Amino acid sequence: MTTMPIAVEARNAVKAFGQGAVAVKALDDVSVQIRQGEFFTLLGPSGCGKTTLLRLIAGFETPTSGQILLGGEDITHLPPNKRPVNTVFQSYALFPHLTVAQNIGFGLEMQNRPRAEIKETVARMLALVQLEPMASRKTSQLSGGQQQRVALARALAPTPKVLLLDEPLSALDLKLRKEMQIELKRLQMETGITFVFVTHDQEEALTMSDRIAVMSAGHIQQTGSPRDIYTRPANRFVASFIGETNFLTGKSDGRQVVLHNGAAVDLVTKQGAVSLAIRPEQLRLVATGSAGAMPARVASTVYFGTDTHVHLSLSDGSQIVARQQIPATGAMDLKTGDEVGVILPADALQVLED
Amino acid sequence: MSSDAEKKAEAARTRSAWLLSTPALIVLVFAASGPLLIVLTYSFLTPGQYGNVIWDFDLNGWVSILYTRDIFDGTLKLADAHLSIFWRSVKLSLLTTAITFAVGFPTAWFIATRPPAQRAFWLFLITIPFWTNLLIRTVAINEVIRNEGLLNTSLIWLGVISEPIRIIYTDTAVLIGMAYVYLPLMVLPLYAAIDRFDMRLLEAGYDLYASRWRVLRRVILPIVKPGIVAGSILVFVPSLGAYVTPRVLGGGKNMMIGNFIELQFGQGRNWPLGAALSMTLLVVVMVALLVYVRAANKEGNPHG
Repeated sequence: MTTMPIAVEARNAVKAFGQGAVAVKALDDVSVQIRQGEFFTLLGPSGCGKTTLLRLIAGFETPTSGQILLGGEDITHLPPNKRPVNTVFQSYALFPHLTVAQNIGFGLEMQNRPRAEIKETVARMLALVQLEPMASRKTSQLSGGQQQRVALARALAPTPKVLLLDEPLSALDLKLRKEMQIELKRLQMETGITFVFVTHDQEEALTMSDRIAVMSAGHIQQTGSPRDIYTRPANRFVASFIGETNFLTGKSDGRQVVLHNGAAVDLVTKQGAVSLAIRPEQLRLVATGSAGAMPARVASTVYFGTDTHVHLSLSDGSQIVARQQIPATGAMDLKTGDEVGVILPADALQVLED
Repeated sequence: MSSDAEKKAEAARTRSAWLLSTPALIVLVFAASGPLLIVLTYSFLTPGQYGNVIWDFDLNGWVSILYTRDIFDGTLKLADAHLSIFWRSVKLSLLTTAITFAVGFPTAWFIATRPPAQRAFWLFLITIPFWTNLLIRTVAINEVIRNEGLLNTSLIWLGVISEPIRIIYTDTAVLIGMAYVYLPLMVLPLYAAIDRFDMRLLEAGYDLYASRWRVLRRVILPIVKPGIVAGSILVFVPSLGAYVTPRVLGGGKNMMIGNFIELQFGQGRNWPLGAALSMTLLVVVMVALLVYVRAANKEGNPHG
């Protein structure tokens, strides 16, 4: 993986909208390297700059400062129609006056490829996205999922160096979205094309990506594999944005952290005030008074089918959530008001940078 | 409930429905079809001495659209003067449509791409000429292009030309006048179509390697085609029957069909010919519309 050459790179990219004092920096000095053949996801809440970064790579926007490189070549000022990069738009942006096949062939036609080659590629793309029977339909006659496939096929047909996907699944219902996630991953593996995927859906990012860049407020907060990001969030933003997290604060003497509720955990950290994060599924619930357990009271339980979320009040009044698998052998049958003990496994505790 | 009462209620409903439709029916019968029927009837009558009609059946009105009778031997010959008037009318109307499209499309695009709050202002500017009488607008154009008009005096003052360019009383003058007068009729439907156009398709086009020119030709124009069709019809149809503009700017010689028809009802004292010409114009416009709309629908997209 690390040996793969860099497909796309942003170097100190800044994008400001507006002028002077009212200028808003959508991207503030962002540098990122995306490797060839990688499924790379830009993840963040709306307004974090992820779509702006994508549009800089596509060429729809020019950076206020900084560079965009494609395969090591500076393409910062190349217009979009001269970049070997294609986009799957959030709105699909299919041409309403063309058939499915004409939509897919549009890019090839604009590249003045021979007619026979266009026909052959369109047929191959139709097969790839399983839309052969729809070839001569108008795009308005298709369902949302089918339109999505056409948009994908249209962007893949010219075999771009990089495929950009701007929240392509956000308009689909849950079931279809799950199907398309698998489909996208399959297409990426089959074509070997570098995918840059923009989403605000952390689950989507975790299940599909090779690497994720978590963005917020125009900055990249953390870049890493889904496992890295989930288990080793770099800061409070990443920890809270990806999955559910309990935050605990306390004071450290370097070897032991004393939490605000009085419980102590053995953990090597810097001295002084520290923030800790722990995932709900990492908390272990035991009988009150067990060794090393801090006391808590069950505030409520929420049944989710596969698991139960247990909301707990700690002695200092703060709330945390624990997740219990169902059926879990030895899981306690908890009711609101029950007293329990909570164990914080030291290896699951994440020290946050903020 | 008895079926008798039901029938009564039903009859009352029918009566009131007819009664409510009466105004519409009156308008349709008397205001729309009535005059047309009179014109149609007149076209089959004999011209009277003083510009009236004599109630004798006569096909001469229709025959003299294309033919003139030789004064001496009474044989029929093609009427060259008439043909040149028809040809000028069609040519000027087509050119007017083309010019208004060439000027109107960028204008409509400009308006449709302004921030929504500003669009009303620009549309308002476009419609200002409608507030003034057509004759006054045409005379204003006359004032600009006549030999001692604004255009020529400015050009002479600037030293670009030494002699005034003669535009007034030529086909060019008629063309300028008609393009000016009918421009809003092109801009408004084009604006409506461009306003509906999804600007994100432009990015899709650029993204798929289309140059600006090809995005215009392959994406924008096919999608806004319903607006182009509507605008062209709205300009072409009144151009073909234009009367005031060719009269004021074209002088007596550069007649169009509208002036020719007027001539028959006035000095020409040949009401049947005027009536037959009017009916011909009506049929030509209808056929042209049908052909155009059908051709446009065949390959156009159904969404607009």
